[in-house]
Amino acid sequence: MTGAAAVLPMAGLLFLPLLLLVGSGSSGVWPRPQLFRVPQGGGQCSLSPSRFRFGYAGSSAVGPGCVVLDQAFQRYRRLLFPELTENDLAWDSLCNELLVTVNMPGCDGFPDMHSKENYKLDISEEQMLLTADTVWGALRGLETFSQLVWRDDNGTYYVNETDIIDFPRFAHRGLLLDTSRHYLPVGAILETLGAYNPATHVYTTSDVKMVIEHARLRGIRVISELDTPGHTLSWGPGAPGLLTPCYTGPNPSGSYGPVNPILNTTYQFMAKLFAEVSAMFPDFYLHLGGDEVDFTCWRSNPDIQAFMQKMGFGQDYAQLESFYIQRLLDIVSAYGKGYVVWQEVFDNRVKMKPDTIIHVWKENSGAYQKEMARVTKAGYRTLLSAPWYLNHISYGQDWLQAYQVEPLEFEGSPEQKNLVIGGEACMWGEYVDVTNLTPRLWPRAGAVAERLWSNATVRDLQDAYGRLADFRCKLLGRGIQAEPLFTGYCEHEYRGI
Amino acid sequence: MELKTAPSVAKRLGLLLGLVWVFGTLAASSLHHLPPQAEPWLQQLEEEERPLSEAPSGSLWPLPRSLCISPSRLQLAQSRFQIVHGPGSTAGPGCSLLQDAFRRYYEYLFGYTKWQNHDRKPLITSADSECDKYPALTSDEAYQLSIAESAAVLKAEKVWGALRGLETFSQLVYEDDYGSFLINESEITDYPRFAHRGILIDTSRHYLPLKSILTNLDAMAFNKFNVLHWHIVDDQSFPYQSVTFPELSNKGAYTYNHIYTPTDVQLVIEYARLRGIRVIPEFDTPGNTESWGKGQKDLLTTCYNGKQPSGSYGPVNPILNTTYEFVAEFFKEISTVFPDAYIHFGGDEVDFTCWRSNPDVQDFMKKQGFGFDYTKLESYYIKEVLETVSSLNKRSMVWQEVFDNGVKIKPDTIVEVWMGHLYPSELSRVTKAGYTTVLAAPWYLDYISYGQDWKKYYSVEPLDFLGCEMQKKLVVGGEACLWGEFVDATNLTPRLWPRASAVGERLWSSENVTNIKDAYNRLAKHRCRMLG
Repeated sequence: MTGAAAVLPMAGLLFLPLLLLVGSGSSGVWPRPQLFRVPQGGGQCSLSPSRFRFGYAGSSAVGPGCVVLDQAFQRYRRLLFPELTENDLAWDSLCNELLVTVNMPGCDGFPDMHSKENYKLDISEEQMLLTADTVWGALRGLETFSQLVWRDDNGTYYVNETDIIDFPRFAHRGLLLDTSRHYLPVGAILETLGAYNPATHVYTTSDVKMVIEHARLRGIRVISELDTPGHTLSWGPGAPGLLTPCYTGPNPSGSYGPVNPILNTTYQFMAKLFAEVSAMFPDFYLHLGGDEVDFTCWRSNPDIQAFMQKMGFGQDYAQLESFYIQRLLDIVSAYGKGYVVWQEVFDNRVKMKPDTIIHVWKENSGAYQKEMARVTKAGYRTLLSAPWYLNHISYGQDWLQAYQVEPLEFEGSPEQKNLVIGGEACMWGEYVDVTNLTPRLWPRAGAVAERLWSNATVRDLQDAYGRLADFRCKLLGRGIQAEPLFTGYCEHEYRGI
Repeated sequence: MELKTAPSVAKRLGLLLGLVWVFGTLAASSLHHLPPQAEPWLQQLEEEERPLSEAPSGSLWPLPRSLCISPSRLQLAQSRFQIVHGPGSTAGPGCSLLQDAFRRYYEYLFGYTKWQNHDRKPLITSADSECDKYPALTSDEAYQLSIAESAAVLKAEKVWGALRGLETFSQLVYEDDYGSFLINESEITDYPRFAHRGILIDTSRHYLPLKSILTNLDAMAFNKFNVLHWHIVDDQSFPYQSVTFPELSNKGAYTYNHIYTPTDVQLVIEYARLRGIRVIPEFDTPGNTESWGKGQKDLLTTCYNGKQPSGSYGPVNPILNTTYEFVAEFFKEISTVFPDAYIHFGGDEVDFTCWRSNPDVQDFMKKQGFGFDYTKLESYYIKEVLETVSSLNKRSMVWQEVFDNGVKIKPDTIVEVWMGHLYPSELSRVTKAGYTTVLAAPWYLDYISYGQDWKKYYSVEPLDFLGCEMQKKLVVGGEACLWGEFVDATNLTPRLWPRASAVGERLWSSENVTNIKDAYNRLAKHRCRMLG
């Protein structure tokens, strides 16, 4: 009956030696840094929970008072030493301070597409140094440092002598959460952002601000998606006249379709709405959606038919969609924002500003590579999500599929490849709410994270399995309800049921 | 059945009524009548004029065998509501199982602070109520619920029925927009279609903390499941701490922390008992035993590479006397630790490669005249084990291979059918041979897929196989299995519920309860209730 053993999904991939807890701990960094060197004969250095501190180096362009790092120091101290150990070798410990140097000033801004996230870690008995150009890079380095620290059987903390030079392969490494299909309490969102530690189903302004600030402190951008003209059924009740009334023969059927693209009031509404949204979300980019527009309702509506005729669109409703999107893009650019749109907008040949980002999502295998080629050939930058719809679950180790994707594997020139700015793991919400979001997302999204951060050559599955299993135990230790990759255990299992 | 007369004092506020059951327990509540709804509705199971799920109380899951809900609504006054034992009840306040259930259900209904035990009735105990016993395959789980203005009465022969009735009662109560607790006048007669309604959990592939198991027992009670099939050990780890053979978990568990101590096991068994749930442990042999070998020398077969031992080990070594001595001792302990009449002995998926490689095993095969048919050796082993344990006064459950391989098994053995899509023909064969059977094959819930796969589980009809009436009667139930390769405490609950609820209704409700749309609506509400 242990059917699973009989029908092992990834029969070719039996990871027999399940060393979830890599003895020396330190090699298990996730995602794998670009350059990772453990000097030969390098020692290990003990850390004392009571004495260890993070500090700003004298030469650092930012110092105490820099909220992003001040808070990160606190956060990582808690993560590193969740409990005071009995074996606190306070007076024997050598590695008592990680000195952080940030070369460029700036703590109060928001991360953006061009933020530098590179950092350097030098860990030795003489000194522990973290150097980064920006606070965002310093945040990445702190995370890596926290993953380098390990405990022996006596509970003593150690870090191995290590040199790391690290930077992301792609600038945009995203995660899509869907709060429409199911409402996600703010707590769940914050947890997903890495907060280690609902009555209304509405996100208030202060909720949104909290999410944005929580994300900023972790070097994460928040891009809002208000998808139009389709996927807008829920907009209707709160904005009378916004949606297209559908017809059955000559009479309104009582149901509604996409946004009504032929009314001036529609664009007045959008102008107001996006004025608010633009002000609310500091990121330069807004995601405007534009996917999966069902033309049935537009087709049924006599006013729309008349408009189509007047505009000379014939029966091509994609042109009507383009007409709408075009005007929407004009509205949004007037607020000084850039935009991301789903691939249909490009496919339907809507005129877009050259800095538009095209989000490729259609999954048919083989097809997304061709779409990437087309989009980049047209000179647009692009984001890849097609192979990373993590809401599509299946039995077994499906993280392997996500991991094995190579985003630049499409036909195109080096210039075209440069236009791929990254990708996003998507967790659509049809079957996901706060009850299953976290285990469904983690550690599977970790596979995407490494693909987008680490070097293209980092593809060894066995090595990735060991590090990812180890990383998932670390996540558990940090209170993140990350599910197992396969059989085995973590020293500390999840108990927050 | 007796009604408690409403004291006249209470009449000013509403009527104080007794929610009573005679052979089981009774409860008193303060109910008062509300005007009937504008559009009265009445639901009877037979005539589905209007789906039950449209009603405010249409969240019943699994659907009772017969119900009649009137449009007339009663209000429960939270401050006055009590659940008490009926005057004639054979289970009185001395029945801690019911006292515990009263408190639990009061808390489900109204929250966790207000429960007080108002009951001051004389203690009545009687063996008939089975209050201090363990539930069994033959336990009577039938109950009758009658909610009227004059009295709310729950009647059951045994405490097990009372528990099921309390769950149903709690599902009938709903809250209106003003926070009032309402219940419709109702008559419900209910009993399970199948006696064995199980959930299999696997604590070897991943260790499940106690809390995770207990939470799951709660969810099982909400869905009227009555068997926890505890696949407690397997190749990967041996978390069961044996008193007789402590080395098994000392060496075979993932770590010293990943074990179930005797106290833990007792806690699970008692927690389950209080919810009318049996705990059937599975100690699977001779395959799936890698973790046993670490703490029990020579138990496993030494595999060979040509003439040399390869260093790896295979299934339990069936040719040594020491094996059977160990088995006898070990299962002696198991049979005292676990009170249920059944022990699951596994017997599935034996890989013969290692046996084949071992020269001693080869000799034994020759000596026994087994030729090269290693299923005969397996059968030999299983037969020996079942004989060894037959003195323990326990019955056996085994996976279907044991039957398939023609092992001589006692007629009271339950054969669990788990393999793939051809399970209907296996059910035919097993029942034709006269064995009772439990169906698991279509309900491997660890096989996840995108979308609403609960519908697939819901649409299974366990008796849909070729066989006569007598054969069908031998299907005593089914089990939803959540194997642990990809499941631990982080995802057990959302992966199991409400998907297992689909199986729960299939095994409890009438055969004709198959309307998917109605089920969807009720199940969606049932899920929200489980969340609450």
